[in-house]
Amino acid sequence: MTDTPAPRHIPDRLDKPLSSAIFSWEALLVIIAIAIFTVNSFASPYFLDPWSLSDLTFNFTEKGLIALAMALLIISGEIDLSVAAIVALASTMMGMAVQAGAGTPVLVAIGIVVGLGCGAFNGLLVTRLGLPSIVVTIGTMSLFRGIAFIILGDQAYKGYPESFAFFGQGYVWWVFSFELALFLVAALIYWFVLHRTSFGRRVFAIGNNPVACQFSGVRVGRIKFILFCLTGLMSGIASVLITSRLGSTRPSIAQGYELEAITMVVLGGVSILGGAGSILGVVLAAFIMGLVTFGLGLLNVPGIVMSIFIGLLLIIVIALPILWRRLREGRFA
Amino acid sequence: MKSFLKYREIWLLAGIVVLIGLISTRFPGFADPANLRQVFNDTSILMILALGQMVVILTRSIDLSMASNLCFTGMVVAMLNAAHPAIPTPALIVIALLVGLVLGAINGFLVWRLNIPSIVVTLGTLTIYRGATFVVSGGAWVNADQMSPDFINFQRVVLLGLPVLSWIALLVIALFFLVMTRTAIGRSIYAIGVNPTASVYAGIDVGRTKFIVFCISGMIGGLAGYLWISRYVIASVEVANGYELNIIAACVIGGISIAGGIGSVGGAVLGALFLGIISNALPVINISPFWQMAISGSAIILAVVLNARGERRQGRIILRKAEAA
Repeated sequence: MTDTPAPRHIPDRLDKPLSSAIFSWEALLVIIAIAIFTVNSFASPYFLDPWSLSDLTFNFTEKGLIALAMALLIISGEIDLSVAAIVALASTMMGMAVQAGAGTPVLVAIGIVVGLGCGAFNGLLVTRLGLPSIVVTIGTMSLFRGIAFIILGDQAYKGYPESFAFFGQGYVWWVFSFELALFLVAALIYWFVLHRTSFGRRVFAIGNNPVACQFSGVRVGRIKFILFCLTGLMSGIASVLITSRLGSTRPSIAQGYELEAITMVVLGGVSILGGAGSILGVVLAAFIMGLVTFGLGLLNVPGIVMSIFIGLLLIIVIALPILWRRLREGRFA
Repeated sequence: MKSFLKYREIWLLAGIVVLIGLISTRFPGFADPANLRQVFNDTSILMILALGQMVVILTRSIDLSMASNLCFTGMVVAMLNAAHPAIPTPALIVIALLVGLVLGAINGFLVWRLNIPSIVVTLGTLTIYRGATFVVSGGAWVNADQMSPDFINFQRVVLLGLPVLSWIALLVIALFFLVMTRTAIGRSIYAIGVNPTASVYAGIDVGRTKFIVFCISGMIGGLAGYLWISRYVIASVEVANGYELNIIAACVIGGISIAGGIGSVGGAVLGALFLGIISNALPVINISPFWQMAISGSAIILAVVLNARGERRQGRIILRKAEAA
């Protein structure tokens, strides 16, 4: 009996034949998106108008921006439930600044800095004190939105300067809004960072095995801290866009966005357990959610019923590959 | 004495006593037994829900759909009551339990049979169940004048000095205590949370046990649905919106570890009471209710920081040894 195990062959690069691209998660999402798009264009004559399609993008760009950073965070094995609360707090701070007579550049800076600060606070609690992020961010979610409620109560801030309206209501070119342009640029940057840099590679590695990473000299804590800061930053940017689009701030602004952003990430094929996912998937998922909400909106389906479709879509899209694999294994067994 | 102080429930209880003491300095009537009974009654629903959530969290899962389940079941029993006032309230409670059980079983089935992480499943059903509430009700509300007097008053009847709502809470607490400390299923739930792999080798069916805990949390959500609707006498799609996070907050403050396996019935009850006391105390000591959210947020963070010190597992010390050598 020989004790030497067969030499393990570990390829540098996994084969990527065409068939794997066809059966990939992104392909599934593209098919779903095309199906919804087609159904929508038959269901409503108003759907295929360029301006309708442009309006459609407002449904997901703000949440999508948050989802991009959230994807990296979830791939690294953490989660941030406080993003919507960060949006509320940043918006409240911008509202306070408006009352003090601040101009547009200052407002944008405040929104971004508050977002970054909140993200850093989450990151410190998780990485320095070694706390589970899901609990920490449930706590900070109440804390951040709670501060917004303390400051505003049942009041609202209004009176944002006219130039501030550009971020949420302006158009870069023809029907392409500033929000959509920003989302696409951010998606490109996040795609590059996650899939083309050593930083992104480390994010995947941390999600797969944080202990092994630690022993390989990857600064797990620091990278996670950066990811929390990024998520805060994107929430701050989203806050600028939402505040600008609505033109007012209430403490209940962006309520429930955290779950929608996480739904986008998971629908986009990011494993909630960490270690796997792609930015392309998240972007496609963002478009799909926008298509579903907008298409059903044209058919006068109330928002709450749309949420059923989003929820079903989430579970079905996750369950399908599992069932498919089972079916194949059952057949070939 | 030292081993006695090891229990985190003792510290939480001490914290609650100090909190009540502090409130009493501003509002002397707060520590009055009659008022404390009132606080307990006000917190009953949260306590029941926290217990249901606790068994799920103990198995390293999470149920985000409890508040939506509550909303849906509450709407169903309220509509049944409005349409058929003749159905006796105890029968409606049984229906609420069954409806909740079905909703919980759907979560449990997806987690058990398809191996989808519970956070994803319940994130989906969170929106589905609330949406389904809209579908069954057509967006309409069920108001107090549509509900039968018996439906509304059942939980308010005072028996031996306590309203029925408090008695139901006490009964649920006792049941959970018995199940978690005196039965095989209670043991299995803890075992799965501490070490799922070892549990499999010990002959525990991990998937089935998870299915059972989701059935339990579903039934609890259903029961709370009836209690909530008959207490606040309005059934709408907005009922308990976002409440799932309050339930988890109560568990976290009660020392239940989100990593599974650590937590107790006493902890969940005290965690819920802590939140209940804060929300009851703020108006009487003249602090704007808008402070409540930030205070409970701070309490959650503080609770996690304190609890984490006790439960941090011994890390590997290979590196440190190497440094010392």
